[in-house]
Amino acid sequence: MTAEMADAEGSKGAASSAVVTFPATRRRVRDGARFCGLFALRRPAGGAQLLSVVSADGALVVEEVPVAAGERRYSSLAHEIPASGWYERRIRDLFGIEPVGHPRPDPLVFPVPPGAYAPLGPAGEPEAAMSPDLTPLAPHVHGEGVFAIPYGPVRSGVFEAVEYLLETSGEDIPHLRTRIFYKHRGVESRFAGMSADDGVLLAERVEGVASVAHALAFSAAVEQLGEVAVPLQAELVRVVHAELERVANHLDTMVRHTEAAGQAVAYAVFSHHKERVQRLRARLCGSRFGRGVVVPGGIGQSLRLRPAEVLAAIAPLQRRIEEDVRRLMGTPSFVDRLRGTGVLSRDDARRFAVVGPVGRASGEAEDVRTSRPYGAYARLGHRVVAHRTGGDALARQLVRIDEIAGSFHLVRQAADMLGELGEPASWRATVPPVSGRAIGWAEAPQGEVLSVVEADGGRLAQVTQRTASFHNLAAYPAAFPKDIFTDVAFIEASFGLSIAGAAC
Amino acid sequence: MPWIPRGVRDGIVTSRYPRQPDGFGPFFFGHVHVAPALGDGPEALADAVRACPTGAITLDGDAVRLDRGRCVLCGRCVVLAPGTFRADPGFETAAFERRELVVPPGEGDDAEVAAARARLARRVRGLRRSVHVRHVDAGSDGSEEWEVAALTNPVYDVQRLGVFFTASPKHADVLLVTGAGSAGMERPLRETYDLMPEPKVVVAVGVDAASGGMVGERYAARGGVAQLVPVDVFVPGSPPSPFGILHGILAAVGILGSRPHDGAEDPAGRSRT
Ligand code: SF4
Repeated sequence: MTAEMADAEGSKGAASSAVVTFPATRRRVRDGARFCGLFALRRPAGGAQLLSVVSADGALVVEEVPVAAGERRYSSLAHEIPASGWYERRIRDLFGIEPVGHPRPDPLVFPVPPGAYAPLGPAGEPEAAMSPDLTPLAPHVHGEGVFAIPYGPVRSGVFEAVEYLLETSGEDIPHLRTRIFYKHRGVESRFAGMSADDGVLLAERVEGVASVAHALAFSAAVEQLGEVAVPLQAELVRVVHAELERVANHLDTMVRHTEAAGQAVAYAVFSHHKERVQRLRARLCGSRFGRGVVVPGGIGQSLRLRPAEVLAAIAPLQRRIEEDVRRLMGTPSFVDRLRGTGVLSRDDARRFAVVGPVGRASGEAEDVRTSRPYGAYARLGHRVVAHRTGGDALARQLVRIDEIAGSFHLVRQAADMLGELGEPASWRATVPPVSGRAIGWAEAPQGEVLSVVEADGGRLAQVTQRTASFHNLAAYPAAFPKDIFTDVAFIEASFGLSIAGAAC
Repeated sequence: MPWIPRGVRDGIVTSRYPRQPDGFGPFFFGHVHVAPALGDGPEALADAVRACPTGAITLDGDAVRLDRGRCVLCGRCVVLAPGTFRADPGFETAAFERRELVVPPGEGDDAEVAAARARLARRVRGLRRSVHVRHVDAGSDGSEEWEVAALTNPVYDVQRLGVFFTASPKHADVLLVTGAGSAGMERPLRETYDLMPEPKVVVAVGVDAASGGMVGERYAARGGVAQLVPVDVFVPGSPPSPFGILHGILAAVGILGSRPHDGAEDPAGRSRT
C-alpha cells in the first residue's frame, strides 16, 4: 500500500468523517446492545475502513465507516461508549487514524517515536525496527504533591511484562494506568500475505494460554468465507480441547490467588492440578497448549486417547479438583481475602461491556457458547453459568468454579458422542482459497475472542484477533480501590487476563 | 477442613528428573528428529521445505538441515517427509550456541560449540551450589510464563535441585528471558541484565526468544532476544516444556550437558560425552 496512489477518491466522504460517525452503533448501544470492538481495515491509496461491532439479540451487527486518505480521523465514541476508548487509542497508534474528541488519547499499544509514522498507516509497514517513545506518557494528574508510582514492567515472580502506574496527589482516589506497550509485537500485520493454514498457527500465538480459542475463532471466520461444513466429530474434538483449555486457565487463576494469599499448601495443590490438566492435554495431542489441533476446515489430528480413555482420565481429575476447591473455599482466611476485593460494579461492567467470567461475576455479559453457539455447542447440553452479582474477586472465582464443572460436563458429552459416532470419513473439510471478510468467534477462558479476517484469493490480507484480555483490561482501573498495592496481585489474578493478548 | 500434606493421599508426585527419566516424556512432542540418512524423495523434501511455516528447513543438494531455533513444532514436515523427520518426545534440546540448534551440525560447528561450552563452564565455576533465577518477559505469547512458573509446582519442584526464583536481579545468577524481543522491553531487559552480578548466565526460553518464532522480526519485535542481551543457552520449543526449561537452566550452570539423551538415539546423529 503506497501513499502516491492517493487519488480523487481521497476526498470523498472526508467532510462527514470527522463530524459524526457510527450513528447506528451509538443508537444500538443506547438500546442495550453490547459493544464488541472497533477495527480498522487498510484500503488501497491510504484509505481505511472502520468497523464497529456490537452484539445484539444473538448476532453480531457491523457498522462500517470509510476513512479517506486525506482525512484520517473520525469522531470518537469514547464519551458515550467507554468500552471503545482503548480500541480508538489502538487504532490511532497502529493506523494513525485520529479519534477526534477522545477524552484521553494517550498512546496505548505502541507510542510511535517522533518523526515516525504509524506502523500500519498509509505509508506501509516500516522495514526498520522502531523503539517506542515514552515521552508522551508523562503522568496526567497535575498539581502540587502529585507523584506517580510505577510498578513493572519487570516484577518479582514469573509474570508477563506490564506496568501499572499509579498517579496520586495523596488525597484523591489515585488514578491507575495500565501500560501494555512493552509487549507489543506487531502480530496483526504479520498475518498479511499468509495462507489460512499458516495464519492459524500465528493465531494460536496471539494469546498463548488461549491458543485453542484463538484457533477456533480464526478458523470459524475462514470457514464462513469458504462456506465449509466442518465434520461433527471434528467439532466435538475441538470442544474437548477448548474446554480443557478453560479448566487449565481457571485453575491458573486459583494458583495465582493462592500464591498472592501466601497459602503455600494450597498453591502446591492447585499448581499440581493445573499440571495434571496440562499433561492430559499433551496426552491428547502432544502439546500442553492444544496447539496444532484446530485448523481451518476441521482438526489437524484426532484425539490420541479413545473416548473411553478420556472419560476415565477426567473422572478422577474432576473429583480431586472439586474436593480441593471445596476445601479452599472453606478456608476463611482465603475467602475473606477475596471478598470485597476489586469490586467491579455492574454499572462499570456494562459501561466497559466486560466479557467472560469477569463480566459474568458482575451480573453482565454473555457466554458466546450459548448466546451465539458455534461448532458443536448447539448440540451439547451446555448449562448457562449462573451469573453472580457481587463483582468482587470472590464472585469471579465462584463463576470460574461453576465453569470448571460445566467444562468437564461438556468434555464428557463430547467424548460420549464421539464414542457413539465413531470415526468420520475425514477429520477435515477441504477449504477452498477464500476471499472476502468475515468475523469468527469463540468463548476463550478470558471471554469472547473475535477474529476479523480479510482475505483475497486464499491469502490473508489482514487479521485482527480481538482478545477478551484487551477488551477487559480497559475496565481494570474501575476495579481498583485506594490501597492498590495490597490488592493488585488479587485483582490481577481474578481478572485472569493475558498481557500478550492485550498488547499483541 | 485443614490442608494435610498431600503426598500421603496422592502418592509421591515429584519427578526424579534429571536423575531418572520422567514418565511424562513419551506424550510430549519435544523436538523434530532429523534422520541422517535420507529416506524421502526430493519432492517430499521440497514439499516439507515449502510447508514449513517459519522456514526452519533448508535443503542444500541432498543435505537437509532443520533449525530448531525456528521450529514451532507444527508437525507438517513429519507428515510430508516421514522418512526424514520424526516427532520425538525428547526435551533435552538446550544449546550453547544459536547454530547448535541447527541439526545435523555443519562443518566446524562441533568445535565452535565445544569452545562456547568451555567458556561458559569457566565462567560459571564461581557459582554457589544453589542457583538463583530471575525471569524477564520480553514479548512472549504468555505460554512460556506458564511453563517457567510450572517449575515451582510439586511435580518439578526445582528447589530440590537448589534452583530458586529470586525477586531481585542483584541476587540472580541466571536470567530466563522469554519472548520475541519486543521493542518495548529492550530497555527494561537490559537494565535487569546490568543489575545482575557476575558471573551471570542468560537462558533464552522458547523458539520466540531464539528467532521470533511465528512473529519473526518486525517493527516491534527483534526476532528473538539475542540482539538485546548476550544469550548463553537457547531452549527451543513452542513453548518448551518445563523439563526443557529445567534442562536449559541446569546446562547453563554446568550441572548437565546440552545434548539430548532422552533414551532415543542422538537426533543429530552424532555422539557426545
Ligand atoms: S515441525 Fe518445525 S521444522 Fe517441521 S514444518 Fe513445522 S515448524 Fe517446520
